[in-house]
Amino acid sequence: MIPFDYERPSDVDGAIATATSRGSVAFLAGGTNLVDRMKLGVTEPELLVDLGGLPLDDVEELPDGGLRVGATVRNSDLAAHPVVLRDYPVLARALLSGASGQLRNLATTGGNLLQRTRCVYFQDVTTPCGKREPGTGCSAVGGSTRQHAILGASERCVATHPSDMAVAMAALDARVRVRGPEGERVIPLVDLHRLPGDEPERDTVLSGGDLITAVDLPPLPPGTRSLYRKVRDRASFAFALVSVAAVLRVEGGVVRDVRIALGGVAHKPWRATTAEEELLGGPATEEAFRRAAELELAAARPLSDNGFKVPLARNTIVAALRELSLEER
Amino acid sequence: MTEVMPPRALGQSPRRVDGPAKVTGTAPYAGDQRVTDPAYLELVQARVARGTVTGVDTTAALALDGVLAVLTPDNAPTLASTDDAELDAFRHEIGFRGQVVAAVVARTREIARQAAGLVRVEVDEHPHDVHLSADRDDLRAPEEVNAGFETDTDQGDVDAAMGEAAFSVDETYKTAWYNNNPMEPHTTTAQWTGDWLLLHDSTQGVHPTRETVAKVLGLDPEHVRVVAPHVGGGFGSKGTAHVHVVVAALAAQAVPGTPVKLALTRQQMFSLVGYRTPTIQRVRLGCDAGGRLSAVAVDVVEQTSRIKEYAEQTAVSSRMMYAAPNRRTTHRLAVLDVPVPSWMRAPGECPGMFALEAAVDELAIASGVDPVEFRIRNEPDVDPDSGKPFSSRNLVACLRDGARRFGWADRDPAPRVREEAGWLIGTGVASSTYPVNSMPGSVSTIRYVIPGRYRVEIGAADIGTGTWTSLAQVAADALGVPFEDVEMQIGDTALPNASVAGGSSGITSWGSTVVATARAFREKFGDDPDEGDEMTGEMPEASGDDYAMHAFGAQFAEVRVHVDTGEVRVPRLLGVFAAGRIVNPRLARSQLVGGMTMGLSMALHEESVLDERFGHVVNHDFAEYHIATNSDVPNVEAHWVEEDDPHVNPMGTKGIGEIGIVGTAAAIANAAYHATGVRVRELPLTLDHFLD
Amino acid sequence: MESDIELHVDGRARQVRLDSRTTLLDALRDGLGATAPKKGCDHGQCGACTVLLDGRRVVTCLTFAIAHDGATVTTAEGLADGERLHPVQEAFIERDAFQCGFCTPGQVCSAVGMLAEVAEGRPSAATADLAGAVELSGEEIRERMSGNLCRCAAYGNIVDAIQDGAR
Repeated sequence: MIPFDYERPSDVDGAIATATSRGSVAFLAGGTNLVDRMKLGVTEPELLVDLGGLPLDDVEELPDGGLRVGATVRNSDLAAHPVVLRDYPVLARALLSGASGQLRNLATTGGNLLQRTRCVYFQDVTTPCGKREPGTGCSAVGGSTRQHAILGASERCVATHPSDMAVAMAALDARVRVRGPEGERVIPLVDLHRLPGDEPERDTVLSGGDLITAVDLPPLPPGTRSLYRKVRDRASFAFALVSVAAVLRVEGGVVRDVRIALGGVAHKPWRATTAEEELLGGPATEEAFRRAAELELAAARPLSDNGFKVPLARNTIVAALRELSLEER
Repeated sequence: MTEVMPPRALGQSPRRVDGPAKVTGTAPYAGDQRVTDPAYLELVQARVARGTVTGVDTTAALALDGVLAVLTPDNAPTLASTDDAELDAFRHEIGFRGQVVAAVVARTREIARQAAGLVRVEVDEHPHDVHLSADRDDLRAPEEVNAGFETDTDQGDVDAAMGEAAFSVDETYKTAWYNNNPMEPHTTTAQWTGDWLLLHDSTQGVHPTRETVAKVLGLDPEHVRVVAPHVGGGFGSKGTAHVHVVVAALAAQAVPGTPVKLALTRQQMFSLVGYRTPTIQRVRLGCDAGGRLSAVAVDVVEQTSRIKEYAEQTAVSSRMMYAAPNRRTTHRLAVLDVPVPSWMRAPGECPGMFALEAAVDELAIASGVDPVEFRIRNEPDVDPDSGKPFSSRNLVACLRDGARRFGWADRDPAPRVREEAGWLIGTGVASSTYPVNSMPGSVSTIRYVIPGRYRVEIGAADIGTGTWTSLAQVAADALGVPFEDVEMQIGDTALPNASVAGGSSGITSWGSTVVATARAFREKFGDDPDEGDEMTGEMPEASGDDYAMHAFGAQFAEVRVHVDTGEVRVPRLLGVFAAGRIVNPRLARSQLVGGMTMGLSMALHEESVLDERFGHVVNHDFAEYHIATNSDVPNVEAHWVEEDDPHVNPMGTKGIGEIGIVGTAAAIANAAYHATGVRVRELPLTLDHFLD
Repeated sequence: MESDIELHVDGRARQVRLDSRTTLLDALRDGLGATAPKKGCDHGQCGACTVLLDGRRVVTCLTFAIAHDGATVTTAEGLADGERLHPVQEAFIERDAFQCGFCTPGQVCSAVGMLAEVAEGRPSAATADLAGAVELSGEEIRERMSGNLCRCAAYGNIVDAIQDGAR
């Protein structure tokens, strides 16, 4: 790790001004991924701007019935928030299935969104990686790919986004509030993260000095049910092989609202819009769920070690929708 | 026959005497020992699997404020002995990716790490070969396999017996590359005072480490002191000194008088401290119509490193486990540009019994005999390999008791017929075995320090096994005094010589030594000694050469496999063991359960994934190399049957550190078959095996 | 870059000068001589370095000390009152909830932090009813303690000890 300077501004504009004053800057929030990467030599900032002094740690109920989650709200606090527990169980479940209790007490909302892939080649500076060093190629292709993407990848990068929280937020149509040198803007969460394409080094659409200040969760209509199902290689404390965040409203056996997002399968939380379109207005049956999942996964391009993710994602989508479509228990 | 002591403290369950220190974090492990103004050591590792170091540019590193020294192949001191290539630190020749090529000593941890990143190593890279396969045409038969066993055995005519068998199995089973991964990374603090070397080291044997270091550095062993009162687990990886100990000693030589601290990173532990070789095992079993084995053959292919041979004794348990007139075992090595494999908990028995016990399950099913009954039917009268009688063998009692406790009698043998809330349910069984090992050379001193207080000194190790407590129990009974009157001094070469904590031999070796010393003490001083009376005694000649001496066990598993996702869970694991007298039931249960849980972890999770293009394990941390978490282990029970064995040692004990991991993975794989109808012959049993 | 910060560790105010790169774990161990937090992986993957930071359980290897000027840290050593152990520590010994003991200080801190989370009614991934009361079942404890790896695998005894210690 190279030496770095450390600043702890007390307001957002000050943080952004400090961050744009130097070339190699990183915002420090919970640190659980940034410090990790710095130790590995993957990220080498010369200045850390600590967000711990900013007034961004509130969860606020919005007039429309939605929720505004400050960027530095801890994952554990968000997961235990009474409104989240009551209205957004998919989000609570996703948060609680991520990492460990000790990590959730440090990790923040904004940091969780901006955490980077845990691809073993990205994290190992002794192996080439185009996400880490543009133009050096992708070691995962032809290597160990059990954890890697089956959807939306490119030859340059087959990494997956590791977040659980972001998958739930993708299904909730969350909006990300960003303040930058040019002022404030709102980005749909599903548009925050990019597919790798020819620029795998860019995880998101944010640029230098952009600071996530909050995530807004729109209210869910009455009668909507949601869940998060995470499938992983051990019973706890592991990244998802496949996860499914599903939001469903069924009336009289007909799907009136459905939103499905997948984790562990792509460079970003994968919103399964093909499956959603197939299901909307149709019958809420096992056959329909399966057909929709298969349509979504028709685009899957598995690698040498992760072909199992295709049936796994299909089965997990079907199981999630099946459970949500059962009568209230 | 030895004279077995009447038990008083033995069989009781005193709490760990080091408990308060451990729960408060004040027990000093190697990295916790207080030293004054230490410097920190950071390693630079090879990034190719095979090659020659042609130059090391240390300019940038040395220019960094706070850097004290950089050791390289060009400036490192010459070693007195390079017989063991693994310990030949700073070689020009690179034998595996991750080999130490340079090391930086600096004032702080942060500076050392940064400077290591600035060292530029120039390498002439050679093509490497890390591909393990049973089809290679260059497989080598080692002279012998680990622990001095014969490489091959051959009795009767296996091929003919297989041809005549009513039922047979001929399948290949694979186990993965496993890394020991004790929670405490290998840590050494080295300090020179003149030509005296002090090492605070995380080791399973202070005296063996001293011997090794003294030989490599050309020192009088009396000039080397190794201290290790508490060790954060080892599981074999701290059973021999690895290269980092030599590197730490050399680095400290570069800054005389300054203590130099080195703790390996978790990542470095995947290439520098040994691991369990992956195995490919072809197992052939044949039996008659009644399920009586006529043939047992196991052909093993495994790997070793090009720089140093290690040959795991994978097939040895198949030689003695079941009766069969025709038997054959072989071991062959692929010699590769990989890190040096070594001991990991129950080397040989652990991977070997996965294959044998899975194959036995397959043959039991094929012959229509219940898997518990099948094993009982093939119980030998004497050791089939040596022809010697067993000193005691209670496998059948373990199987019967385990079956009763587990509720095996109600089992429907049909696969894939039980489902509950989306989970397919199955049960399975496998046998366990581990030899009774005894190591020569230990010495102990017993001193009557103050009235009512005996001090027992021996350089033994407590790697979590409970030596601080259990050896005091042995001493108390041998002296005929209350447990509370004995205090132990262990883990220091300033104490009398002790053998390594390995091969489940600790209590057998150190305990026999302490008992012999105590008997001599009592003979000389009676039971009313004077302050300062002391006696030193040696490990007696091991007895029981006329017997085959082994512990046995039976393990039962319940497995659930999710219908939709293939997720595999083990809600219940139950083991019954016959391991001689149990010294301390509270601690013994922990150790047996711990072994079984490591077996569960092996069955479901563990696999070091080698990227053959680079030659290293890519999942080299705890996020990617999964070991079982608390959630993966809902219910593990260990029980034992009473067993009196007058032949093993004066305590009547057999050793319990390793048997717990033997057979577990087979019991789980067999249960997974029973749950799903899918027979998986390679580990780990990840969900992809069970997905439709 | 070097800075001076103050940490309140196990009841004592301690000043320490450190490199901005120093993690809280290294500051506690190397700078302040605290031996209870252990470095098992240095990447937040094992939990051996767990302490209570301002009352909440955290891993100390993934946070820079410089960001915690003025913070209060309780290690496993500080949970005991001299010779008098915390009830969870007592229960760990009685239940033999460790073998090598290296992960134990982190397990103990994690257990104490986790019990406080349960007392606050915070659910876990194992909680069936997110809005309901949390019961201290074995499954709850196992899930909540899964961030603390134990290679000796004292897991079952750890669960028993936590249930005892919570009484």
